Amino acid sequence: MSVTLYVPRDAVALGLGANKVARALFASAERRGLDVTIVRTGSRGLFWLEPMVEVGTPEGRVAYGPVTVKDVDALLDAGLATGGDHPLRLGDPEKIPYLARQQRLTFHRCGVVDPVSVDDYRTHGGYRGLEAALRLDAEGIVAAVRDSGLRGRGGAGFPAGIKWNTVMLAKADQKYVVCNADEGDSGTFADRMMMEGDPFNLIEGMTIAGMATGATRGYIYLRSEYPQAFATLKEAIANGVTAGVLGDNILGSGKSFHLEVRLGAGAYICGEETSLLESLEGKRGIVRAKPPIPALKGFLGKPTLVNNVMTFTAVPWILENGARAYADYGMGRSLGTLPIQLAGNVKHGGLIEMAFGITLRQVIEDFGGGTRSGRPVRAVQVGGPLGAYFPDHLLDTPLDYEAMAAKKGLVGHGGIVVFDDTVDMAAQARFAFEFCATESCGKCTPCRIGATRGVETMDKVIAGIRPEANLKLVEDLCEVMTDGSLCAMGGLTPMPVMSALTHFPEDFRRASDLPAAAE
Amino acid sequence: MARHEPWSAERATGIIAGHTHLEGATLPILHALQETFGYVDSGAVPLIADALNLSRAEVHGCITFYHDFRAHPAGRHEVKLCRAEACQAMGSDELHREILGRLGCGWHETTADGGATVEPVYCLGLCANGPAALVDGEPVAHLTADALEAALAEVRQ
Ligand SMILES: Cc1cc2nc3c(=O)[nH]c(=O)nc-3n(C[C@H](O)[C@H](O)[C@H](O)COP(=O)(O)O)c2cc1C
Ligand code: SF4
Ligand code: FES
Repeated sequence: MSVTLYVPRDAVALGLGANKVARALFASAERRGLDVTIVRTGSRGLFWLEPMVEVGTPEGRVAYGPVTVKDVDALLDAGLATGGDHPLRLGDPEKIPYLARQQRLTFHRCGVVDPVSVDDYRTHGGYRGLEAALRLDAEGIVAAVRDSGLRGRGGAGFPAGIKWNTVMLAKADQKYVVCNADEGDSGTFADRMMMEGDPFNLIEGMTIAGMATGATRGYIYLRSEYPQAFATLKEAIANGVTAGVLGDNILGSGKSFHLEVRLGAGAYICGEETSLLESLEGKRGIVRAKPPIPALKGFLGKPTLVNNVMTFTAVPWILENGARAYADYGMGRSLGTLPIQLAGNVKHGGLIEMAFGITLRQVIEDFGGGTRSGRPVRAVQVGGPLGAYFPDHLLDTPLDYEAMAAKKGLVGHGGIVVFDDTVDMAAQARFAFEFCATESCGKCTPCRIGATRGVETMDKVIAGIRPEANLKLVEDLCEVMTDGSLCAMGGLTPMPVMSALTHFPEDFRRASDLPAAAE
Repeated sequence: MARHEPWSAERATGIIAGHTHLEGATLPILHALQETFGYVDSGAVPLIADALNLSRAEVHGCITFYHDFRAHPAGRHEVKLCRAEACQAMGSDELHREILGRLGCGWHETTADGGATVEPVYCLGLCANGPAALVDGEPVAHLTADALEAALAEVRQ
């Protein structure tokens, strides 16, 4: 009898030895004369349990984890192949509370399917969204996206339907669909997981976008820090063309959509959409002034729809299940689900897809189980390096674009980074400036010069040199950067800086009793 | 064992020609050159400029804008260490001091034996399992100085 084992090839699982585990499982099974097939899946996002190995049994899948090479023989001795008992046995993975409590609309296949198999994708419900889209005209698809309330998941939260409509109405000989897969924010990995674990969901979403806007060509702009995602996407795209779900005459519809994946080259600013387009054109990734907006004048001057990976991957579900079904999730003007990424100093970090409205505290305590170090949580940065640091008393803020903004924070790409009480918030504020100085595109003065001045000034504060006067200067710099920067890189760097200063002032005045003569 | 070929203008011309049909071919060309030679030789600039009908200044400007591209040969292996916030929360700053101390080199530098070049990066998407690194493109989670030595020993084999 043949046994199917599922071993993730997600980058985290690989980083924890999944390839070695897969090889050991195969070798050990062979020695026992056991006929095994190993399917390399993505991850379900329960990262403290990776590598999590699953086995297909007549009663469904049974998971074990975290599995190391030295557990392999004991696991097979214990009857892993038939779901046998063992201390690492986790049972039905979908009943693990961390997963069972989630609302997985976008991620329901990730970690389950063979990421590069069109057949497996379709067996698990894939391409029903595109089939539904092909029964509609362009207006009908755009209406579905609009009525779902879907807002861009890349950070700014701009309504997707409005953008799709603009590109649809634009007149041009060639239009483009571009996926922003630059995912530069620290603490975020949802895009990566999706591209490694269920790339056809992205491909399907982009194909639907092509049908809706009349774009026949698409690009995925992927950051170079994700070599595994790059390989998986290329393989998936090639398989998609062979299977007739990409390229010419998609699913026999007479419509065509050609997709290519392109690598960035280690520049955070290339996540900003106009900078990304410059980079895709082969230039320095310098931000363009808007208008014109990319929807009208984008890649090579043509109308271009730019959306984040999570925005595109929400679309197949919406087309399959209806706009209303999607809009039933969420709160206020933040509708649908948010793939939350819990990271940093946390016991149970991972991917948590939930309707908007869950509070930060629920995420950190109910899912995260507190810090990995076991020390108290002190600060939580939400929304990447341009997001605010929140203290304990703000952790009851719900994840919702407007509610976070009301607390001078942002949802961003949904990344939550937990710090324990050993964190030095003055150092974090300094880092925010340093990061901006390193990654600024250099086009405008407030950001290019301001960030460098910020580092210098924070160094003085940290050294105890006239801290009050220098903190005043930091505040002035932040004001100039907020008001005078061309894009959100310079415009939002003050958010981590000022939130650290506002909520953790004690860290900025540690050395303030040094004599002023130290200058 | 050397991972990279020595610079050759002829070989570079062939690589460039293989990419000119792409829309916006500069980055794919630069990546291909760096993958082959380990860096982008200054001799590639006029070749790319000619092939893509760009000025040399534009090509040079592009190469220098991106953190990934280097103008000089690097070590045999490449270590990328994540310096971003989620890894900081797990003590990456201190760990990096230890690692750079053991390797005897600084950021962007190569160890004395030419074995490895160390580059800082901002996030590898392994943020729930930091500190994190990439060694010749292979991820390492829950990084320690010993784990990095082991990973380097493995790629050196
Ligand atoms: C400095 C900066 C970095 C950004 N990085 C990303 C990124 O990595 N991924 C992303 O999807 N959007 C990023 N954005 C937002 C994009 O500019 C743009 O809003 C987004 O791609 C639009 O897609 P969406 O509407 O689907 O979110 C960034 C913006 C700025 C200002
Ligand atoms: S704010 Fe910074 S990154 Fe944005 S355009 Fe200005 S210099 Fe470039
Ligand atoms: S912050 Fe280090 S891997 Fe993301």
